[in-house]
Amino acid sequence: MSWTTILVLGGLAYAFKAAGLLVLDHVRLPESLATITSLLPPALLAALVVVQTFADGTTLVIDARAAGLVAGLVTVALRAPFLVVVISAAGVTAALRALT
Amino acid sequence: MSDPPSAPDPSAPPFRRRDGLIVAVAVGVFGMTFGVFAVATGLSATQAQVMSLLVFTGASQFAAVGVIASGGTPAAALASAALLAARNGMYGLALNPLIRGGRWRRLLAAQFVLDESTAMASAQRDPVEAEKAFWVTGLGVFVFWNLGTLIGAGGGNAIGDPETYGLDVAFPAGFIALMAPHLRRRPGLVAAIAGGLIALVTIPLLPAGAPILVAALGVIPAFVVQRRELT
Repeated sequence: MSWTTILVLGGLAYAFKAAGLLVLDHVRLPESLATITSLLPPALLAALVVVQTFADGTTLVIDARAAGLVAGLVTVALRAPFLVVVISAAGVTAALRALT
Repeated sequence: MSDPPSAPDPSAPPFRRRDGLIVAVAVGVFGMTFGVFAVATGLSATQAQVMSLLVFTGASQFAAVGVIASGGTPAAALASAALLAARNGMYGLALNPLIRGGRWRRLLAAQFVLDESTAMASAQRDPVEAEKAFWVTGLGVFVFWNLGTLIGAGGGNAIGDPETYGLDVAFPAGFIALMAPHLRRRPGLVAAIAGGLIALVTIPLLPAGAPILVAALGVIPAFVVQRRELT
């Protein structure tokens, strides 16, 4: 990979990150717009969870990751601490992978 | 102080530095994987490190290196990496009201706009806690991602494939834990269900990265629900 590609990619990645933080700098958002932007994290993160659990490239699959996610959901529902949620999910997936 | 729009539920626990550190360490392990992968496909260790310092978007870095390794053009590498990095723009919009300070502080904060820092910040009810969560998680992930890259690119990866330990699933599970305060309120729950369904439907149809962008439309039904609750 050329240095040019790396530097262009660095600039591009930074531009995306900065855009959202700076574009509305010092502009007071109307209440309705502020509501919409505050709802973006649950919408985007839920999509990210789906991608990280069920996507293999552009194919949908159900594998050991799904079982780990269920363990994560159960521990979240039980209001377990963050570390317990993460370790339960990883542990279930690791165990399934070791067995299959 | 009045509640911010669509705040997480009041029983949300306060931010703990330890949680930010857990996320950072998990990311660090994948940083090692990136370092190993980048060098194996022909990047120099310096190139891998500069990429982790400047690009600092894991999915984009893996995608760009992968496209070049499989014989793709630099333009194709940039396009697939950009598609994966674009969601950070929307995270920036959500974080916008939380980051205090002037332009220089915001320009610095921008480098740390990530899945992890956004998730940790948006889980907080108190705006001051949210900003603290953003900086601690963002800086922690930056340090460990780069440390991981350094070790991996230097050939010192002693851990092996993180998937053996199920560490890839630690992220979606962790994100659900961080979304929990939103999921306990109806607008946040609707946003998450709609976003998740949109991703499920679009994964087979769109290139990687795009499903998460389209999932932003999940805020529309959530906004309607929020409106209805207020009236």
